[in-house]
Amino acid sequence: MADNFYNEVLIDHNLHPQHLHELPCATCSNAGLNPTCGDSLTLHLSIDGGVIKDGSFTGVGCAISQASTDIMLDLIIGRTPDEARHLSELFGRMIGGEISDDELEELEEAGALQSISKMPARVKCATLGWKTLDKLLGEQITGGGS
Amino acid sequence: MSDYKADFPVFAAYKDLVYLDSAATTQKPRQVLEAVEKYYREENANPLRGLYELSVKATDAYENARESVRSFIGAASTREIIFTRNASESLNLISYCFGDLVREGDEILAAVSEHHSNFLPWQQLAKRTGAKLKFLECDKQGEYTADALNAALSPNTKLFAIAQVSNVFGRVNPIKEFADICHKNGTLIVCDGAQSVPHMPVDVHELGVDFLAFSGHKMLAPMGVGVLYGREELLEKMPPFLYGGEMIEYVTRDGATYAELPHKFEAGTVNVGGAVGLHAAIDYINSVGFENIVRRESALTALAYEYMKQIPHVNIIGADSAAEHHGIITFTVDGVHPHDIAAIFDSENVAIRAGHHCAQPLHQHLGVQSTVRMSLAFYNDEQDIERFITTLKSIRGRMGYGG
Ligand SMILES: Cc1ncc(COP(=O)(O)O)c(C=O)c1O
Repeated sequence: MADNFYNEVLIDHNLHPQHLHELPCATCSNAGLNPTCGDSLTLHLSIDGGVIKDGSFTGVGCAISQASTDIMLDLIIGRTPDEARHLSELFGRMIGGEISDDELEELEEAGALQSISKMPARVKCATLGWKTLDKLLGEQITGGGS
Repeated sequence: MSDYKADFPVFAAYKDLVYLDSAATTQKPRQVLEAVEKYYREENANPLRGLYELSVKATDAYENARESVRSFIGAASTREIIFTRNASESLNLISYCFGDLVREGDEILAAVSEHHSNFLPWQQLAKRTGAKLKFLECDKQGEYTADALNAALSPNTKLFAIAQVSNVFGRVNPIKEFADICHKNGTLIVCDGAQSVPHMPVDVHELGVDFLAFSGHKMLAPMGVGVLYGREELLEKMPPFLYGGEMIEYVTRDGATYAELPHKFEAGTVNVGGAVGLHAAIDYINSVGFENIVRRESALTALAYEYMKQIPHVNIIGADSAAEHHGIITFTVDGVHPHDIAAIFDSENVAIRAGHHCAQPLHQHLGVQSTVRMSLAFYNDEQDIERFITTLKSIRGRMGYGG
């Protein structure tokens, strides 16, 4: 396996996460659990006027789950739930090893996690935040909220 | 020092491998692989039923394996040796067949450091019967005291479950002393030997335990064969575990009488290949000798422990003396998640384990979410420990921490 797997982007987001904090103005929250390691995180979003105005996460996790979630929040804050769902789908395909170069560009910094596609043991870590996002946005639709 | 690695083909196939996960499962020596292959090539038939030569050979192979296990752990009779799939199945067997030995209002006591396999079966038994499950707590060093045990036992405690060696602490518990205390109280003691039987001489008579469970795959044998030792008079009283072929004496449309021990607990076609492998593993262990095994494993444990103690930000879980670790050192590194630690070791071809090691109640008791564990066997050598230490020293730096 690549020795440089823990690249600068990943290490930086893990050591200095921008979005690891509570979010008093959150309009919705959802907890995700990685059953293989017991790590859990809670994602908080503030959705207003059809736009994700702000977001944060709380909880403990490995560098991969923490960095992946932090990068995800960088990407989705300021976008609509539909755009966020689209990015999440792209991210899922990147981890599944089925993504084009153009699509990879859309994912910006999240592309730093592409090599996870070759590490099956860590896929659940990388997708924890994104899966939680999917659940949260799914509930928003079925719950008729926002 | 002899090069035991030469006996283990995986080290030839995977030249750069530093294998430090023997508490999860050990590697298998050529002698075991060859014995299993020879059985399937030359002696395979369905044992216990065929009235022809090959079937008799298969039966003998199986029963000889049982005898070798009996003598390995000092049991009185082969009637006390039941083959299962692994330690987990052995422990489940006891919990399902406890019959009316445990009733509503009774208590079951389990050590808090138990592997889920020696804890969940008791949690379930308690739920089924209305008994109460209580825990015996250890200190930060992983030590259990006789005083604490005496205080935790009540006149209603029917059973006490504890491992001889914890798979997190690596500490040896004073089973003989605890067995005496339990018996004075009318309490049965179930001992999980998964981490002790492979690494030190274990004699069920000397220990005085009522049950002992262990897995073949953690002691050089193939996966899929395990052992339950039980005192004969207890096994006699217990109902069968699974029902089917081979475990009956006589069957009619509305009833059956069950076979004698140990077959009563071995329904269906058994794992002869696995038992033959376990027999070969015991022969191999005896040929190396426990004296050798214990000496080597203690020296390597001490080497790793002394290095680790000097690395800043590395925190060892459990006893602060290498002598109490018996080949198992569980630790954390400040600021780095155990899964990331394991991934960095993996990038250097060092196999170690990260997570809660199937001991979540213990991790809750110690206040840590998850940990990293290195565990060794006599086939490891000093170079393995040095590679482990070199990588361990580099971890914080690689994760962006200065110095
Ligand atoms: C102390 C202890 N008990 C029980 C087990 C369960 O062993 P198995 O998975 O072979 O049933 C293990 C191994 O993981 C163990 O370390």
